Amino acid sequence: MKVALLQGGRSLERGVSLRSGARVSEALLSLGHEVESLDLGPDLVSVLEQMQPDVAFIALHGIEGEDGTVQALLELLGIPHTGPRVAACQRSMDKSLSKYILREHGLPTPDWVTYSEAAIRDFGAASSFQKAVATVGLPLVAKPASQGSSLGVKVVTRVEDIPDALITALSYDSRALLETWVSGRELAVSVLGDRALPVVEAIPTDNNAYDFEARYEIGGASFECPAALEDAQTEEVSRVALAAYVALGCSGFARVDLILGEDGPMILEINAIPGLTETSLLPQAAEAGGISFEEMVEQILDLAC
Amino acid sequence: MRSSAMRDMMAITARPEVISLAGGLPDTSSFPAEAFSAETDEIARESLAEALQYGPTEGIAAIREQIVKVMAAEGMAVDATDVTVTTGGQQAIDLVTKTLIDPGDILICDAPTYPGAIPTFCSYEADVRQIECDADGMRMDVLEATLDSLAAKGQKPKFIYSIPTFQNPGGVTLSLERRRQLVRLASERKILILEDNPYGLLRYEGESLPTLYSLDGGNFVLYLGTFSKILSAGLRIGWLVSPRPIQEKLVLGKGASDLCTSTLTQMFAAQYFARNHWHDYVEDLIGIYRSRRNAMIGAMSEYFPHGATWNKPEGGLFIWATLPDVLNSEDLLAKAIGKGVAFVPGTAAYVDGRGASSMRLNFSGVKEDLIIEGIRRIGAVAGEQLRLYETMTSTDEMRLPPQQDIEAASDDFGDGQAR
Repeated sequence: MKVALLQGGRSLERGVSLRSGARVSEALLSLGHEVESLDLGPDLVSVLEQMQPDVAFIALHGIEGEDGTVQALLELLGIPHTGPRVAACQRSMDKSLSKYILREHGLPTPDWVTYSEAAIRDFGAASSFQKAVATVGLPLVAKPASQGSSLGVKVVTRVEDIPDALITALSYDSRALLETWVSGRELAVSVLGDRALPVVEAIPTDNNAYDFEARYEIGGASFECPAALEDAQTEEVSRVALAAYVALGCSGFARVDLILGEDGPMILEINAIPGLTETSLLPQAAEAGGISFEEMVEQILDLAC
Repeated sequence: MRSSAMRDMMAITARPEVISLAGGLPDTSSFPAEAFSAETDEIARESLAEALQYGPTEGIAAIREQIVKVMAAEGMAVDATDVTVTTGGQQAIDLVTKTLIDPGDILICDAPTYPGAIPTFCSYEADVRQIECDADGMRMDVLEATLDSLAAKGQKPKFIYSIPTFQNPGGVTLSLERRRQLVRLASERKILILEDNPYGLLRYEGESLPTLYSLDGGNFVLYLGTFSKILSAGLRIGWLVSPRPIQEKLVLGKGASDLCTSTLTQMFAAQYFARNHWHDYVEDLIGIYRSRRNAMIGAMSEYFPHGATWNKPEGGLFIWATLPDVLNSEDLLAKAIGKGVAFVPGTAAYVDGRGASSMRLNFSGVKEDLIIEGIRRIGAVAGEQLRLYETMTSTDEMRLPPQQDIEAASDDFGDGQAR
């Protein structure tokens, strides 16, 4: 097949995307496909029209690549693409919207409130911080509504630290969430097709319970796959993750991040186009499930629509 | 930069639509094409086989002779045999660290220091101690106190790394008095200094100061020079001047790492410098960079928020700016990238997370109109964040919009330009 591999882009996750793209490109070539790698730029549409690929493999992360922008263009041009379609992209990219949808489907996710920059700047939203704390409790996690990595995430233990944490979160998006901090085991369930892959657990290497960075730093956390869970736990976590995947309308593949606390699993977010790098969790999970990277790429390609 | 997410974020600065004030890029567009052709033609005619061949690990003789001349232009007398050619200044930092540092050994450097040196120091597991700089460079009282406290524990740094002239990232220059103090301290306590001097010839105003090497005579000072900022960064030619026993080890280390620096680029540089036109080119660069520095400072005065401070470097490529401390420059960078402009967050210049409200701004790699636009955008996002913070905390510490008058600053870093 003639594959247009979309990678790079303008999001803050450009670096990850380039690494995902490089690895996917290698796999596609070894599978015998014809590959042309494209970065996002002013000539994207004309290049795609000229190239007329059979399919577009989207290895983009973050804004524009994962939020439906590129997907909408491809769908307009009639080019089948990997991963979710436009609406699912928008639903999963926006953490606040995702959580509303999860709640509507009766799926567990921590309590939260959402603040837009405009509400704070123009409507005196800061006067409601006490109320927000009453809703979500302390400690809480402040995070941008639409970022895929640890960027902009801060844990807040005192109400007076909310402004500082919101300034950080709002540097990465025009909206931010204050979400209940849930302690427990950090799990990621990758979904491929209609199947939940073996669960990955991120185990922080130091004892700082609030260190989000640890998850993303080499050496900051170790990853165990499959996670050492009881069968019933694995089953429940996988069920919840698959249900979230379906609720948001994802397709092809995705990664669902959860916390397994005392009250069972809580869904934190759904990554519609998770990382595909050497150290990313989806490929690790696939491998643990007996699926090589090449096989996974081929499956993702087969599921393109 | 400590965070890998942060490193990924910097990938976007390579996009063409981003005004990058983040790099340390010299302006290469002004290099005369005819001079380039003349040198390459001559190599093709007269010494092609040699140019395409391996060369000696320590560098070809012709370039080492020219290096002696370049150093003489900064008042240093060296013997060509003491020069080791390296693949850029970066390899020189790597080789010295590799040669002198065992895991856990103490290394002293400026605070803030060259962001590109930190990964090198960390990869050899050096115990890095950073000594605070003010407007006159590294503080000798702090250095002396640090050395005393180490000595009390029976410890001593393996070497002191410093960029005394137009420091990267701070733009500050070590005063003559402190240069003498530093050289004296090194000699009294028998500590090696690695003097990194990439920008010494790029002085836009003020009097030149003697290098540490010339004050010390090469006893305790290892000297690191480069053609990157006076000819071309793409040629990848730097050099080290060091005492013979150390040089032998450096050459062994270099041989293990890359056998030799590109013979072709060494021959190109040697020929070019032999013609003695390089002074004119450096003069051209000085004119270009002075004007860009002025444009940046003018734009900062106009667009940076109240409470921001910065220095006016007399040379080099960088301005170090510090914003009100409620702002975090890594967060600000995310927002700035969204507006198509990038800088280096101050945290990249420290090993311990300091520098969070500071940023390094490069003025050599981008033309004036883009510098002004870039600074305007950074000022705008910083202003937005400050206003938002002010709205949330309702303090009157940050008065916005910024006032137009320039105040005397109490900031102890740089020469205290501020709004």
